[in-house]
Amino acid sequence: MRPSAIRLLNILVPVKRAVDYTVKIRVNPEQTGIDLNVKHSMNPFDEIAVEEAVRIRERLKDAVKSIKVVTIGPPKSTETLRTALAMGADSAIHVEIPESAPAPEPLGVAKTLKAIIDHQKEGVDVVILGKQAIDDDAGQTGQMLAGLLDWSQATFASKVEVDAMQKVANVTREIDGGLETLRCRLPLIITTDLRLNGKRNSLVLNLSDHPQEPRYASLPNIMKAKKKPVEKVTTADLGVDLTPRLETIKVTEPPKRVGGSKVANVDELLAKLKEAGITAKRV
Amino acid sequence: MLRARTSALTSAFIRRYATTPSPHALVFLEHSQGELDSGSLSALTAATQLGGKVTGLIVGGPDQVPGVLEKAKRIVGLDTLLHSVSPQYSTPLPETITPLLEKLLSESSPFTHIVSAHSSSAKSILPRVAARLDVPAVSDITSIEHDASSNCTTFTRPIYAGNAISTVRASSSIPIKFFTVRSTAFSAAALGNADAGLKTIDAVVVSDCPSEHIDRSLNQSDRPDLGVANRVVSGGRALKNAETFQATLYPLADALGAAVGASRAAVDAGYADNSLQVGQTGKVVAPELYMALGISGAIQHLAGMKDSKLIVAVNKDPDAPIFQVADVGLVADLFEVVPEMVEKLKQ
Repeated sequence: MRPSAIRLLNILVPVKRAVDYTVKIRVNPEQTGIDLNVKHSMNPFDEIAVEEAVRIRERLKDAVKSIKVVTIGPPKSTETLRTALAMGADSAIHVEIPESAPAPEPLGVAKTLKAIIDHQKEGVDVVILGKQAIDDDAGQTGQMLAGLLDWSQATFASKVEVDAMQKVANVTREIDGGLETLRCRLPLIITTDLRLNGKRNSLVLNLSDHPQEPRYASLPNIMKAKKKPVEKVTTADLGVDLTPRLETIKVTEPPKRVGGSKVANVDELLAKLKEAGITAKRV
Repeated sequence: MLRARTSALTSAFIRRYATTPSPHALVFLEHSQGELDSGSLSALTAATQLGGKVTGLIVGGPDQVPGVLEKAKRIVGLDTLLHSVSPQYSTPLPETITPLLEKLLSESSPFTHIVSAHSSSAKSILPRVAARLDVPAVSDITSIEHDASSNCTTFTRPIYAGNAISTVRASSSIPIKFFTVRSTAFSAAALGNADAGLKTIDAVVVSDCPSEHIDRSLNQSDRPDLGVANRVVSGGRALKNAETFQATLYPLADALGAAVGASRAAVDAGYADNSLQVGQTGKVVAPELYMALGISGAIQHLAGMKDSKLIVAVNKDPDAPIFQVADVGLVADLFEVVPEMVEKLKQ
């Protein structure tokens, strides 16, 4: 009898629906937030997280048992889950909150994710999150989740090598001034930095001739994704409260910066620098 | 020692008899190679704006802490300096530092605010600790105001890549207020003749830590550090390749005494190391002079540099968005302009 393949890892990828990174946002007249009637898409760092989960499976084959994506958001967030499913995730969980509900804070999200992980019968071995959402720019959820679960964490990952047998991962992290490598025992929380899987299409404009490795969901995969299971749960089911604890007083436009004049040549440019008190460094 | 004890007694007194505790900030002071990180000194300035006591915390290995302590106790505005030494803290990990902070912040703790720079290390540690204490955290603040009578702290912070500014309030219902500080928004606290009281904190040994530090590779450079430089010369995709990036930008940076930065496009194309990236996902800088060479000015890049005092842009494309924010713009080929600038600056 052939031994059955070892199926070991369950990967969870939390994703967030956010205003598309190309949208020029506008603060609403009431100064309570920004105009949200604009194009939304998956937070780019989360796209990298989904991509990385799929690539881990491509490398480890049957050692990855499941890739589950989860989102916490209004009904429209289902689109984001479908995108992740079309990229290669197996199933999804949607923690649905009302359209009118205030945006949950990272701590609330982390508690919700912990509750979901606690509910997974087969457990979760690796959670891959984006390092930050490009709307609130908080960059806290992964670390908070690691703290709540008391798991190891590897933030700002630019390279992940999972050893499914040993249940460890070597993660290279981007730190101020360079790189750092950690060896982390599973279960592990990873947050993705931009260079994690060479998926570079998202945040850069004008890169048409750049070698890219985007995983665009193909039409058959999009069709297949429609049949993949999306489980809906409520915060009540999970016993969590997403009421924000910080109070947003107002949201305003940043001070406008007005461009100055153009100069005709280097001499004029250097004269402007001199005017501003900037001269060559004295050696 | 005596000072430390007095302050502990005073704060206990205030806790018991006043309706609201006066603010007492704990600042996580980071250091590397025997020097305090300037980001931490900016965080300390933000902490002093709360209007109460300020305590610093230094953790590190036995060979690191004594030297830094000598400098740190001279920081103007610091009342007390806590330090904790353990071989485990030589390369601090969130998994090893969190238990120490948790213990430090347990019930009898006098601290009302936990403050750090918005550095990669502190960003990894602080939210983990906050979650364990069941309190939210505020990231990357650019201003702060504390109302002692209501024990509310109001912060402003950029959201949407700096395209909007959010004002948030942490009320008295949040007993310990965690926040990280955008260094470019606060001047660095000075080292003077101050003499903060020292107090040792026992390390909390984490046996069987689930993470292990393997190695670290830092970029060696004698140019100023990008995050704190007064002048930054930054290059984009137009620099063609790593060789021309260096050959073109470095002489200009050296002539100006500037740090070198890069756009994300330049980093992704491999012209420059990713630690040089300026933008929403890289470093946020606010130098006296920011020179953008061959950078179009995508919003993600602008988020990292638009608070610079003087922005100079050189680009072949007269319609590049960078010109909308540049104080001085020159439409020209940077490969002609930059060598000419270097030449004329040297005169």
